[in-house]
Amino acid sequence: MNPGAARTDDVPLLEIRDLAITFETSNGPINAVRNAHLTIMPGETVAIVGESGSGKSTTALAAIGLLPSNGRVSGGQILFDGEDIANASEKRIIELRGNSIGMVPQDPMSNLNPVWKIGFQVRETLKANGLAGANSKERVAEVLAEAGLPDAANRAKQYPHEFSGGMRQRALIAIGLACRPRLLIADEPTSALDVTVQRQILDHLDRMTSELGTAVLLITHDLGLAAERAEKLVVMYKGQVVESGPALEILRNPQHPYTQRLVNSAPSLASRRLQSQKAKDALAAAVAGLDTPLDDENDPAHVGKAPTDAGLAPSSVPAAPAQPVRAARPAPNGERKGAQAGETILEVKNLTRVFKLRGALGKSTDFKAVDDVSFSVPRGTTMAIVGESGSGKSTVAQMALSLLAPTEGSILFDGVEVNSLKGKALFDFRRRVQPIFQDPYGSLDPMFNIFRTIEEPLKIHKIGDSKSREKKVRELLDQVSMPASTMHRFPNELSGGQRQRIAIARALALNPDVIICDEAVSALDVLVQAQVLNLLNELQEDLGLTYLFITHDLAVVRQIADHVTVMQKGRVVEAASTDEVFSNPRQVYTQELLNAIPGATLLV
Amino acid sequence: MSEKLTPETDLTKPVTPVSRQGKTSSRVIEHFVAPLEETPLAAIDNVDETAAPLSLWADAWRNLRRQPLFIISALLIVLVLVVAFVPHLFASVDPTSCTLNDSSEGARAGHPFGFTLQGCDVYSRMIYGTRASLLVGVLTTLGVLVVGGTMGALAGYYGGWIDTVLARLADIFFALPLILGAIVMMQLPAFRDNRSVWTVVITLVIFGWPQIARITRGAVIENRNADFVTASKALGLSRFNALVRHVIPNSLAPIIVVASISLGTFIVAEATLSFLGIGLPDTVMSWGNDIAAAQPQVRNNPGVLLWPAAALSVTVLSFIMLGDALRDALDPKARKR
Repeated sequence: MNPGAARTDDVPLLEIRDLAITFETSNGPINAVRNAHLTIMPGETVAIVGESGSGKSTTALAAIGLLPSNGRVSGGQILFDGEDIANASEKRIIELRGNSIGMVPQDPMSNLNPVWKIGFQVRETLKANGLAGANSKERVAEVLAEAGLPDAANRAKQYPHEFSGGMRQRALIAIGLACRPRLLIADEPTSALDVTVQRQILDHLDRMTSELGTAVLLITHDLGLAAERAEKLVVMYKGQVVESGPALEILRNPQHPYTQRLVNSAPSLASRRLQSQKAKDALAAAVAGLDTPLDDENDPAHVGKAPTDAGLAPSSVPAAPAQPVRAARPAPNGERKGAQAGETILEVKNLTRVFKLRGALGKSTDFKAVDDVSFSVPRGTTMAIVGESGSGKSTVAQMALSLLAPTEGSILFDGVEVNSLKGKALFDFRRRVQPIFQDPYGSLDPMFNIFRTIEEPLKIHKIGDSKSREKKVRELLDQVSMPASTMHRFPNELSGGQRQRIAIARALALNPDVIICDEAVSALDVLVQAQVLNLLNELQEDLGLTYLFITHDLAVVRQIADHVTVMQKGRVVEAASTDEVFSNPRQVYTQELLNAIPGATLLV
Repeated sequence: MSEKLTPETDLTKPVTPVSRQGKTSSRVIEHFVAPLEETPLAAIDNVDETAAPLSLWADAWRNLRRQPLFIISALLIVLVLVVAFVPHLFASVDPTSCTLNDSSEGARAGHPFGFTLQGCDVYSRMIYGTRASLLVGVLTTLGVLVVGGTMGALAGYYGGWIDTVLARLADIFFALPLILGAIVMMQLPAFRDNRSVWTVVITLVIFGWPQIARITRGAVIENRNADFVTASKALGLSRFNALVRHVIPNSLAPIIVVASISLGTFIVAEATLSFLGIGLPDTVMSWGNDIAAAQPQVRNNPGVLLWPAAALSVTVLSFIMLGDALRDALDPKARKR
């Protein structure tokens, strides 16, 4: 820290007192923030943690006077260096922005103007604050170089689309710090980036701000990340500050029940695979010799059932009473007993997919998105495919769903080559393998109400009549713990997690064997994510499901997966059991990924 | 994308596991805990069961209901529709019983807008002319929706050569000016000899479909790769059924908006063609024909021209206003998430 600042060291740089922010909406005023308070000392890093809608961004935006036009500070004070700027004039706020308070916005993809060169956009900031000087070009290059852009002078002449996500975020950090502000507001600065890039950017931001003595207000949804980067945590919930204090102390000794909940379900801090209460109970029962013989009779009938029999009967409802019985089967970590244990349900051999990239003048170049990938998934277990964006993991999922034909290699489902399936056989295959997608906002048809959404697979496969289908939909909703009244609602009325549960119910409607989850929880808030993961885990134990779990988040992998395949640039770089990968990563890339999990090395 | 330009991570170097311990401050930081009563802990992600279920259309309707633009245009359109269906309720005078005695007479009791050169009642002709104008507008819009919608949906959904052929075809028609094309077309013997509402409608559809086709194609392309379409394919729905069941319903909003605005412009186009003498035959009463007939007299008896022209403007304006209101209500960006 800057030793010269010792004089002002005990005066808070930013102090927010009893802040209230109100939004005027068509449904009347909404109090987005109430009684918020926080203090940032010079040079200090403070993190606001909370789920979406908790008011964390709104609070920070108020501090820089960037509330949306329908929002206003309806109470309290925002003291910057002792001056109340809560209701300061536009002119005064503009004076402060840039050289006193800087900002790094969330989405690096949309926050740079695509028609201007990077250098111009940096210069703009310098000019606005009268810091451009005579040789502004050199200054721009300097600022960009500080943010960690190699060859900054030439980079400044490039356009945003020539930059990767991480590079853009560096450029935004350069802009935010260009005028040497005393406070930098970083609104989820790395949420859109891969974990390894996230780590580098945050490391760099850390270094820069501590060199410059800049205070940072970091806004994040990730408790692990916040605890690792900030001295002080402020936990917000429903527009209020529920707990604040020293970061590590909050992490180790959370007081407020909400914080406790948050700490308990933070995936980056979890250390073992989820196990449901049921499984534990069942295990105890099995040990006591109370396991029902019915179980073993029922089991093959369910798991090995051809997709034509029980399902084409008037309804698949009769399967339901059997479920509690199956639920009693102990199945921790895929070590399922009975005939099916260890049997491979999905096998991928030497899978390769080449995309043709269109080049200039009709020339095209080949791009190997997936390159010689092999793995096999035993029935009833979870296989996770991990990798950063562009590693080809989603392409593998698409091929496993038979939505995309492989260029080479084969996918065997229950011993049958998927790629050769046609007509009726493909239709039956569709029943047994179901997807759950990443974006809960995109995977449900907004025109269909929930009943029609869940009923659709039953209708397509002509299962049951309208009455039995309705019954089945009710059961499915119950299975994913949604109230039956949800049936008449539309996707736009539900939250992301609720939509994801509906997507799970739809996937379960046909009693599939395999569910392919393509980043199924990455768009959700931490608590909701934990809830959905728990649900998936319980369903796996109840129904003997097999999951192929595509994700970029190793922290999630640890909670749900039995085996991991790590992919990089289309190739498999490491494949082993989850415990093995976490305790003994063999490849540099895997180590890098593990190391980048925020909060992983915090001693909690 | 530009991978070689942007080396994010050097993966050749071995990683030294850094232990990030978090930061501790030398300052004393107070540990604050809010009293639990202030923010009671709600269940995670519970469903709000109090609000009434709301479909997108219901949502749009709730939104529309409160818009003055929509209310005014809807009332006007309802009025125009009623007039078109039951004109005799609004005008007691027969518009075809014209006596030359009344030629170019001014307004008098029972004849509020005066008389034409032929001695016909202007008000009555305006009322009875509504049907033809509206009929052309509605039929043309329907025709354009069927032709343009189908072409656009197929082109956008299947892509490839179908798209290339259909999109170029649409471009060719798009390049032809409507009025010029219609003048040529209406002069063809088959059309010239059988002039009726239908010939006008066919001509307008032929030159009007590319606009809807473009809009539909764009909307379908936007939706064809949506996750819910992929999901339904993974459920076993055929490609064509996915188009009909999921893609088209989700593409309707912009199409409806454009269709309601074009309905107005088609009415104008009909009036223009009739004015030029190549639209509806003289035997059909229409605003365009009346405006054409009144044109020589515009200086000494402007009312004869102004009244049908005003009716035309109000009708067209109300359809355009309706389109605008619908655009606001159906705008996907305005929808709550």
